[in-house]
Amino acid sequence: MDLEELLEIGQQERDRQQQKKTRIRCCTAAGCLSSGAETVKNNLEIAVIEAGLEDSVEVCGVGCLRFCGRGTLVEIDPNGILYEEVLPDQASGIISALSEGDKNREELPRQSDRNHPFFALQMPLVLENSGKINPERIEEYIAVGGYQRLHHVLMEMTSAEVIEEISKSGLRGRGGGGYPTGLKWATVAKMRSPPTPLNKGGVGQKYVICNADEGDPGAFMDRSVLESDPHRILEGMAIAGYAIGANYGYIYVRAEYPLAIKRLEKAIQQAKKYELLGSQIFDSPFDFKIDIRVGAGAFVCGEETALIGSIEGKRGNPRPRPPYPAESGLWGCPTLINNVETFANIVPIIREGSDWYSSIGTETSKGTKVFALTGKVSNTGLIEVPMGTTVRQIVAEMGGGVPDGGKVKAVQTGGPSGGCIPAEFFDTPVDYESLLKLGTMMGSGGAIVMDEETNMVEIARFYMEFCRGESCGKCVPCRAGTVQLYALLSKLLNRQANQSDLEQLEALSYMVKETSLCGLGQSAPNPVLSTLKYFQQEYLDLI
Amino acid sequence: MSVKTLTINNIPVAAEQGKTILEAAKESGIHIPTLCYLEGVSPAAACRVCLVEIEGSNKLQPACVTQVAEGMVIYTDTPKLQQYRRMDIELLFAEGNHVCAVCVANGNCELQDLAVEVGMDHSRFPYRFPDRSVDVSHPQFGIDHNRCILCTRCVRVCDEIEGAHVWDVANRGENCYIVSGLHQPWGEVDACTSCGKCVDACPTGSIFRKGTTTDEKSRDRAKLEFLVNAREKHEWTR
Ligand SMILES: Cc1cc2nc3c(=O)[nH]c(=O)nc-3n(C[C@H](O)[C@H](O)[C@H](O)COP(=O)(O)O)c2cc1C
Ligand code: SF4
Ligand code: SF4
Repeated sequence: MDLEELLEIGQQERDRQQQKKTRIRCCTAAGCLSSGAETVKNNLEIAVIEAGLEDSVEVCGVGCLRFCGRGTLVEIDPNGILYEEVLPDQASGIISALSEGDKNREELPRQSDRNHPFFALQMPLVLENSGKINPERIEEYIAVGGYQRLHHVLMEMTSAEVIEEISKSGLRGRGGGGYPTGLKWATVAKMRSPPTPLNKGGVGQKYVICNADEGDPGAFMDRSVLESDPHRILEGMAIAGYAIGANYGYIYVRAEYPLAIKRLEKAIQQAKKYELLGSQIFDSPFDFKIDIRVGAGAFVCGEETALIGSIEGKRGNPRPRPPYPAESGLWGCPTLINNVETFANIVPIIREGSDWYSSIGTETSKGTKVFALTGKVSNTGLIEVPMGTTVRQIVAEMGGGVPDGGKVKAVQTGGPSGGCIPAEFFDTPVDYESLLKLGTMMGSGGAIVMDEETNMVEIARFYMEFCRGESCGKCVPCRAGTVQLYALLSKLLNRQANQSDLEQLEALSYMVKETSLCGLGQSAPNPVLSTLKYFQQEYLDLI
Repeated sequence: MSVKTLTINNIPVAAEQGKTILEAAKESGIHIPTLCYLEGVSPAAACRVCLVEIEGSNKLQPACVTQVAEGMVIYTDTPKLQQYRRMDIELLFAEGNHVCAVCVANGNCELQDLAVEVGMDHSRFPYRFPDRSVDVSHPQFGIDHNRCILCTRCVRVCDEIEGAHVWDVANRGENCYIVSGLHQPWGEVDACTSCGKCVDACPTGSIFRKGTTTDEKSRDRAKLEFLVNAREKHEWTR
């Protein structure tokens, strides 16, 4: 494969697409599939044939079209109509509307308002191809410029230049911690791996790992990216491999994401076939292979050291850091581990340049962030907004507030590790530091809206129950402490607690937070501490 | 080899590079309580009893795995650490079924010793009274899961010193337990060489020699040290 061939494949694909006047895009990500997208798509295809429009209309399955709460979604290109809550028997109506206009309105599903803030305030970067291309065809990814950045990096840039570019962009890890990605890459690049019997004193092996274990309740950003645009992750990982000197990558996906796994497998197979992964990519000396490892569904396996243990075939237990994976990771070799969304940002940074990327967002947090907006909110779905967008814009404008005119009480971010943002702080811009200051965190991007009816103590107990069940059981404060915290919260909710129980709840929360071994235990008390801080009265009312 | 100087509880200490805080403290006669730590096997840093405060670090660090660094200022016994250690031991007592009066290890139990050391006379957390089993299928030994604190010393000593890997941890969170073989009764595990190292390693009365009764458990801890020394330094005398 060389650049000319790559461009040729892209051109052929664009020509193929242009032969048809209309492309009907039917969302086939997991959300819409669960509301019957497969049948909708089949019926659309049948309707096209029945109407004799095969020559001018193409029905294709695409990735996430964002408005997940209103699935199945169907988009008509070029006129941009987005139908929501499409039922299988409405397919023929959609097809006849193509030629006859919408005079038979009642047979048509409702159309989304594209000017609604839910769409208007979005800034698709990570999701730029999502909902546009068929994730199961590499040609469509190539047709929108796919793998050209990999070629550019291999041919025109040194690995130091790539790292420099990522550092200058200001990209920070999207897995929750917000660690500067460029710095992480530079660290792994400088590490020397221990010599192996086959490679005495040589540079040795290094690994790139993509963390796709996404286990926070309410979060589905990474899943959507993988289901909608898997090649973007492969390209991002290959660029990372080149930058740090690794030629092997693993994607660790949880078993609960069968569709993402299927599409990744297909993507890897196609990329291998086109020699975009494998040996001597683009006839350069750079080799890069990617394998998938499927997790068995433990939340703690998203923690990097537990994840590495799991890939090695061991029990997924976190271990103390240092040494960090950058120094001693998979099989003792220097390992770069980044989140799905972090890798999804690499291609646009290389394409548009770090200056452009760092012009988006706030002083300390650059670029965009994908949130999975769920809970008591009218518009649920996937949104990608520039950093610095206020919570109010996200919840009230994009989310449309609570259905039936209720009042928003708080938003929970960061899942079981995070906390809540009460309504009075809704003018806070969303960036890593501001959220930390409020006692919560960006997390991986779940945003759960709660209304006035929500009992915050119950929310705290829900997350504690989650952590109690997901603790690996290695260290005492997390294993036994979460059990006692859960018992204390239950005691409160059963109205059997007194003032000293409340004091014990707080004291134990700090103990578990400060003494646990890994991030799970260290952050498990956050939902309690955060609700105690902002909704103390609700606790007092239960005594 | 370079030497690092640091202070522990305001006492100046010199330690070789690469030593842990725990080793450095021990050399200088400073006591840091431990529980899951066992000399000769890899550290687990799981019990969180040896956590210390290091000036300039916002996190408490386990002394058993944290290496010394030049100019470190370490405190091992601050009021906060005392409070957290006591809570930690209380959590352990509340989590299992520890009835010292009828335990083989009574008077010779590291958990009990720690309770005394941290001044814990009762648990402020309610006892959980879990339903746990006892396995006496092995001809010589028994394991009483009620007394197990999941320190994984038995797992590590069997894997790393004996090389048999009879033990492992099963399940997750509060449901964790020590499992033998492929989830078989201990007596049916062919890999077990009946060496008894796990009996010596176990800090509580969880793993015991059959025939011992209340207060009778004794350990030959020196045996483990001897074996490790013999292998690593080729000193074959005891
Ligand atoms: C309990 C726990 C669960 C985690 N789960 C995830 C996860 O599902 N996905 C993820 O990307 N990072 C997760 N992390 C964070 C990872 O340990 C790691 O920091 C991250 O993958 C680094 O990638 P980044 O620098 O791109 O953010 C988790 C951390 C903890 C402590
Ligand atoms: S904090 Fe919890 S999940 Fe992390 S090592 Fe300890 S027990 Fe395991
Ligand atoms: S049986 Fe003993 S040594 Fe093994 S984990 Fe339990 S308490 Fe520790």
